[in-house]
Amino acid sequence: MSAVVAEHDEHHDHGPAKGLLRWVVTTNHKDIGTLYLVFALAMFFVGGTMALIIRAELFEPGLQFVEPQFFNSMTTMHALVMVFGAVMPAFVGLANWMIPMMIGAPDMALPRMNNMSFWMLVAGVLLLASTLFMEGGAPAAGWTLYPPLVLQTGAALPFAIFSVHLLGISSIMGAINIIATILNMRAPAMTLMKMPLFVWTWLITGFLLIAIMPVFAGAVTMLLTDRFFGTSFFDAAGGGDPVLYQHIFWFFGHPEVYVMILPTFGVASTIIPVFARKPLFGYSSMVYATASIAFLSFIVWAHHMFTVGMPMAGELYFMYATMLIAIPTGVKVFNWTATMWKGAMTFETPMLFSIAFVVLFTMGGFTGLMMAVAPSDFQYHDTYFIVAHFHYTLVPASIFILMAAGYYWLPKWTGHMYDEKIGRLHFWLSAISVNVLFFPQHFLGLAGMPRRIPDYAVQFADWNMVSSIGAFIFGFSQLLFVYVVIKTINGGTGEKVTDEVWEDAAKHGLEWTLPSPPPYHTFTTPPATVPTEHF
Amino acid sequence: MSGSVEQKNKRLVRNLVIVVVAMFGFGYALVPLYDVFCDITGLNGKTNTEAVEETHYKIDTTRNVTIEFITSLNESAPMQFRAESAKLKIHPGEYYTVNFFAQNLTDKKMLAQAIPSITPGLAAEYFIKTECFCFNEQTFAANEAKTMPVRFVVDPKLPEKYKTITLAYTFFDNTEKSVNK
Ligand code: HEM
Ligand SMILES: [Cu+2]
Repeated sequence: MSAVVAEHDEHHDHGPAKGLLRWVVTTNHKDIGTLYLVFALAMFFVGGTMALIIRAELFEPGLQFVEPQFFNSMTTMHALVMVFGAVMPAFVGLANWMIPMMIGAPDMALPRMNNMSFWMLVAGVLLLASTLFMEGGAPAAGWTLYPPLVLQTGAALPFAIFSVHLLGISSIMGAINIIATILNMRAPAMTLMKMPLFVWTWLITGFLLIAIMPVFAGAVTMLLTDRFFGTSFFDAAGGGDPVLYQHIFWFFGHPEVYVMILPTFGVASTIIPVFARKPLFGYSSMVYATASIAFLSFIVWAHHMFTVGMPMAGELYFMYATMLIAIPTGVKVFNWTATMWKGAMTFETPMLFSIAFVVLFTMGGFTGLMMAVAPSDFQYHDTYFIVAHFHYTLVPASIFILMAAGYYWLPKWTGHMYDEKIGRLHFWLSAISVNVLFFPQHFLGLAGMPRRIPDYAVQFADWNMVSSIGAFIFGFSQLLFVYVVIKTINGGTGEKVTDEVWEDAAKHGLEWTLPSPPPYHTFTTPPATVPTEHF
Repeated sequence: MSGSVEQKNKRLVRNLVIVVVAMFGFGYALVPLYDVFCDITGLNGKTNTEAVEETHYKIDTTRNVTIEFITSLNESAPMQFRAESAKLKIHPGEYYTVNFFAQNLTDKKMLAQAIPSITPGLAAEYFIKTECFCFNEQTFAANEAKTMPVRFVVDPKLPEKYKTITLAYTFFDNTEKSVNK
């Protein structure tokens, strides 16, 4: 082994390449992780701006600022940018940075493919963004791209579809890389059941991604050929069926929402034990719960389609199967709570975001259960109630945990401490405003306000105004995070951080045994022992 | 050691790529699977697409079933389209003929295809058409109006619980896309 390492050292520079070109050609997992994270943060603000356009228009009934067509483009593009440009890349970025350091590997298994998947992501998102300037406007049929409506998109349709292809290939390559890294690159002492949960959840997410992204790519390719090459997959006039698209889409779509939440669970399970100063409660049940959620996610898709006219047997099957998911999800919430139980808790910013995640994600899960009840879903479907549901499972869950991860690992990445005061201010502003923003949407939905409309009946005016006020506070509060990140990179509070950063963190994760910031190449020889406190 | 990791990576990547390709194929396989599944279970309300020979059934005069007729136009096709009556009370086993009227509102030739659908879907297999304008693509000369009969029977085996069956037709203007033009 040491001979190999020595030889390796002769061929490669130890530090990064100089200048800007470093970021273009880099194959270093830390550099690529940074690229992904910075890109995701930028897209978070692009998608956020679109959301604020939506909320500005909905501040009052009537048409104020934008054309209805552009409004619909905004709801569509907001979702696509947030899902494919912000949340997924952010977790891939975390995986790049942390997985090699957590499992004692020198780098990702396939460093060159790693570079390629990042730049393909950028190309895909730019292509998607370019549709905003095309004749007929950006896609406006919703992120689910249902035919026949989506086939009325103007010049943008083929570009949007190619962009989905690029984003799909990019995330498939990312997933393959992560799976290969986890399965083949672990330090010998790092057995599967000693891996931190973030690594476990990503391993399972990786398999989800390679199973579903190709199906989505197939579905949009069928849209493309239906529109341009005379096929009739979804065209009833030619013997096709638009409902078939919904089946294929949700076969992808439901596991896709778990692609965004499983790594969230992983980070939460990593952070909570450190600040509760206890091992994670029920490590192996967490692993099994993650795996069973992933499995179940493939057999519940038609809960998005209760109203298409399925027969009773189908409604009942998808209703009960969906409710089953609440069991492993409940196990997780129980385990996080039990981890905190009688722990010596402290409430630094990462922990605050994690606790808020446990509480608010659970609320999103409960509304999910309400919608899983097929007869009730006829009332909730396509109203603001479902908008509230999935935003509770994505914003105060995935986004909050991404923020928590940022605060948690920034000192490790930069070697500087972030400003705790501003971090807490960011947390409290976010936690309060996110509820002002999304909680009233439950009421709106129950009262019958449909989703994806630019104008609404006056009885919905009050709660829409409240929701929009929450949205603007939430949106602008996120600028605090940018401020903290920039300040931390430039020296932070000036406080010297230790390798461990957080008290006894090295008992929980290998990354805390490395210097802060870690050198460009780490674990060129695998560590002899691995921490076992996290399970 | 690094050599063997590389080999392991290669093998794993190859296997994962096979999964990716297979899943892309699976997406396409869902199309015929869906049709087969709907065919076997009769789920999505598709009726026979070719004429069925008129066979004799024993007429069940003890019960009535209401048949409703709905007509619609896809993407506001430039046509007029309606049924001669909105509903009809029938006895299972007896043959009926209902006229549908359609007119091409343009001054060009038009090719149009009507797609039927039955609700509730599970009743579709008992609804049998021996004559229908939906079996073929229809050609309309400029401004031509047509009267098109639909002849059907409801199989007396129709379960008691179905009291109303809705037959919906949507006309699609296929002039641009048709292979018959
Ligand atoms: C206990 C867990 C959950 C249950 C039972 C559940 C159930 C449901 C149901 C039944 C719907 C369809 C509602 C309708 O269209 O009428 C739905 C929609 C949705 N859920 Fe969940 N859900 C759960 C967790 C999650 C999680 C963890 C996420 C994401 C991280 C999520 C994201 C979504 C999204 C994005 C939609 C809307 C898709 C759309 O139509 O645009 N859900 N959920
Ligand atoms: Cu779902």
